Amino acid sequence: MLDADFFRRWITATAASVDREAQRLTALDSAIGDADHGSNLQRGFAAVLATLEKEAPQSPGAVLSLAGRQLISTVGGASGPLYGTLLRRAGKVLGDAPEVSEAQLAEALRAGVDGVMALGGAAPGDKTMLDALIPAVDALGEGFDAARRAAESGAVETTPMQARKGRASYLGERSIGHQDPGATSSSLLIAALVTAAEGGSDE
Amino acid sequence: MSDERYVGIVLVSHSAEVAESVAGLAKALAGGATTVPVAAAGGTEGGDFGTSAELISAAAAAVDQGAGVAVLTDLGSAVLTVKALLAEGDELPADTRLVDAPFVEGAVAAVVTAATGADLDAVVAAAGEAYAYRKA
Repeated sequence: MLDADFFRRWITATAASVDREAQRLTALDSAIGDADHGSNLQRGFAAVLATLEKEAPQSPGAVLSLAGRQLISTVGGASGPLYGTLLRRAGKVLGDAPEVSEAQLAEALRAGVDGVMALGGAAPGDKTMLDALIPAVDALGEGFDAARRAAESGAVETTPMQARKGRASYLGERSIGHQDPGATSSSLLIAALVTAAEGGSDE
Repeated sequence: MSDERYVGIVLVSHSAEVAESVAGLAKALAGGATTVPVAAAGGTEGGDFGTSAELISAAAAAVDQGAGVAVLTDLGSAVLTVKALLAEGDELPADTRLVDAPFVEGAVAAVVTAATGADLDAVVAAAGEAYAYRKA
C-alpha cells in the first residue's frame, strides 16, 4: 500500500528531476514553444515543495490536491493548469484514504488524464503530454517500471508527430522532428514513481 | 450613483500592458462606461509574460457586484487557467463565465453591452457575436 509519505517522495522526486532537467525541457520548448517549460515547471514545483513542507498533508489525496493547486497558481504557463488538473483530479479520486493500492493510484491517474483531455481538448497523437501519460497509465497495471518505460517511449514517439495543440501547433509541419517538451516532463513525473517506490526522493 | 448592479468584466492576457490597454480601449469605446467594473489580469505576478491564477481570482473578486462576471482571455495558458479555476468551483465568484470571443472585439462588445445594464447572458452573447464579424 502507498501512504502519504510515498506521495510526498513522488512529488519531491519529480521536483528534483524537473530541476535537473530544466534546461533540457526549456531547450525542447525553444524549438517548438515559447522556451519557458523548464523554468515554469521549476518555479511551480519549488512552490509545491514549500507548501508540502508547511502544510504537511496527511493523506495521498491531500498531497496530490495541494500539489495540483500550487501548480495552477504558480506555473504561469499552460503546463500549470494541465499538471494541476492532473494531480488535483487524481487527488480527488483518492479522497482522504490514509493508504491506497497501486490499482487505486492507476485509477486516480486515469481520472486525472481524463481531466487533462477535457481541459486541453487534446487527443493521443496531438504531440502533447498525453502521448506520454496515456501509455504510462495503461502500463501501470504491470508496475511502476513498466509505466516509466511506457512514458519514456511515448515521449520519444512524439518526435515525428505534427503538433495540433498549443503554441507548437502554429508551426504546422515545422513542429515535426522535435520531441514534445510536455510529453518529456510527463515522463519525468512517471519516472519519479520508481524513485519513490525505491524509497528515495532523489534529492 | 444608481443601485443597479452591473456585470463585471475581467480581461486576461499574457501581457499586463495588453490587458490594461484593452480595458482602456473597451471603456473608451463604450463612451467612457465608468459604471461597468472592468479589471485587467495581465502577465504573471512577477511582471513577466504569462498567466497568474492569483491575479485572475483577485480581478474577478474586484469586479463582482453580484450580477455575474464575464472573463475574456487571449491564448493558451490564459484560457486553460480560467477553465481550471472554474473547475475548482470556489476560486471565482458564482456566476463567472469564460467567454468564447475574440479578445479585443469581444471586450468592447462586452463592456458596451454591460453598460446598458444587460445581464450576464446578454453580455456573453454580445461578446461571442464578435466572431461573426468578418473583416475580409
